[in-house]
Amino acid sequence: MDFFVQLFTDPVAFWNSHTLLIAQIGINSIIASSMFIVLFSGQLSLAAPGFMAIGAYTAVLMDLYWHTPLALNIAAGVVLAGATGVLVGLPVLRLRGVFLAIATIGFIEALRLGVILNLPITGEGLGLKNVNPDPLGGIYLVLVSLAVVLFLVWRLTKGRLGAAWAAIRQDELAALSQGINVARYKMIAFVLSAVLAGFGGALESHLQTFIDPGDQQYGVTRAVQVLSFAVLGGSGQFLGPVVGALVVTSLPWIFLQAQNYINVVTGLFLIAVIVFRPQGIVGRGGLAIIRPWWWPHRNVRAPSPG
Amino acid sequence: MDQQILNAIFIGSIYALFAVGYTLVFGVLDILNLAHSAVFMLGAAVTYSLVVNHGQAFWLACIVGVVVSGVMGLVIEHVCLRPLRRRKAPPIAALISTIGLALIIVAAIEQGQTGSFFAWLWVDGPNSVAFPAGTFPNPTWHVGDLTLEAAKVAIIPISIVLMLVLGYVIRYTQVGRGLRAVAENPRAAQLMGLDVDRMISLTLVISSALGGLAGILFGAALGDINPYIGRDNVEVRGLAVIVLGGMGSVPGAVVGGYLLGFIEVGALVALGSSARGGVAFAALFLMLVLRPQGLFGAQLRERI
Repeated sequence: MDFFVQLFTDPVAFWNSHTLLIAQIGINSIIASSMFIVLFSGQLSLAAPGFMAIGAYTAVLMDLYWHTPLALNIAAGVVLAGATGVLVGLPVLRLRGVFLAIATIGFIEALRLGVILNLPITGEGLGLKNVNPDPLGGIYLVLVSLAVVLFLVWRLTKGRLGAAWAAIRQDELAALSQGINVARYKMIAFVLSAVLAGFGGALESHLQTFIDPGDQQYGVTRAVQVLSFAVLGGSGQFLGPVVGALVVTSLPWIFLQAQNYINVVTGLFLIAVIVFRPQGIVGRGGLAIIRPWWWPHRNVRAPSPG
Repeated sequence: MDQQILNAIFIGSIYALFAVGYTLVFGVLDILNLAHSAVFMLGAAVTYSLVVNHGQAFWLACIVGVVVSGVMGLVIEHVCLRPLRRRKAPPIAALISTIGLALIIVAAIEQGQTGSFFAWLWVDGPNSVAFPAGTFPNPTWHVGDLTLEAAKVAIIPISIVLMLVLGYVIRYTQVGRGLRAVAENPRAAQLMGLDVDRMISLTLVISSALGGLAGILFGAALGDINPYIGRDNVEVRGLAVIVLGGMGSVPGAVVGGYLLGFIEVGALVALGSSARGGVAFAALFLMLVLRPQGLFGAQLRERI
């Protein structure tokens, strides 16, 4: 419990000793927002790690070969991830629920095992060395980006687009009969999520000295982790996945004493939350206890893609 | 070349046996049981541990391994699935709870070292081990330019017989009729007097026992048992298999398993070993895009 003691008694020391953790939470929150957008529009897509890989490799390779500035590298990663999102979205968005999930798993693993591990330029299985990493200083960039991303996602879900997504999520047929262009809005959500994931991946690569093409980073394990952010936090509102990312990412640090058994702890936690609070931590009634009385409250239902 | 075809059939049998259980649960419950690959690993680990650390006979260890896997199916049902059904949670929730259980199982084996809490279960930590020579008779024959290892060859008839038995049970017995009724419409099945919860428990037990057996056969034939064999070898390939064959279709899973075996070995021969994994997932992706119902699936029902 040293984690909480330090957090509350000495926040400055906490910040200094946990900078990497906080940066990772920021990155994971951006990825979780990407997951949130697809879930909010009723699509169970697990493609985020694939787009992250595209963003990360693009940014690092640009830096490596053309020595371009960081902003341009990240922008290129984002654009390429978005473009891939369009290409992948066109065929797979006809699928629903668990079929979409499996198709996107096929995409990320085909990309990782088939392309990244076989191209000489991506360093094959050995990974890629990042020549200009900034593990500690990058945290400000991450936190500012996170704030911007969260604001954008919040505005989007409140606007026309968000209303269309919510309608599609609740009943696709009814949305279609109301004149909502379902295919278009689904595509917008998918590409937007690809863009956010690409951005998160590019940012993450900036913090790391080494781009590892492993399963934990860009494979199914990561996809499952990102899904668990959204499901644990609650995918009914934009803060849910962020809270999920916060909790899941800091679990290993909170239970530092039980380091060896951290996966047992995580597993128990996943099961407990999903069994006792299927709507997620921030779902219906979740934050009611800490919500001030003047805060506008609305019943937000947990979406049920799949 | 003939040797490669034999390898394809052999690895295909393992994929098929694993995927049959996967697809059975999906067919009955419409959820993906992501703890299935952990059960695959657990079956192999328990059997190895009984033979090497507890000095039991191989056949006895196999039986215990299969029984433990089956019991694990009950655990999956009672811990991860039934509470969610009671609360009418969306199927995506079961995805997360089964992943949680899979994490726990793998971490328990991974942490099993001499003197640790899980030492009775496993003592080799994350290391890869193999059954010592002589645990089971494993003669090797040479026919023409083929090398036939008994342990590998035996897998083929074992899986085929088991899958035939399963197919017979599902198609022609009272229990199988019950399973199909629950798969079709749980509520109607309940109104007709079927104990739906019991049928689902039974599905999980059969599925997990088959998954565990697949793990034991894999471990015995390939001589590679570690906490990650499920995750690395069958977790996502199992998905590819059931998609190729059609989600929820048992004959489809069998055909899909052998098909994936041939696709992978074909890729290995044509493109080299590094392309093997990517090709499987490219096949999965293409299949879903071009023919989402798989080879054997009926026209997809609306799933929103």
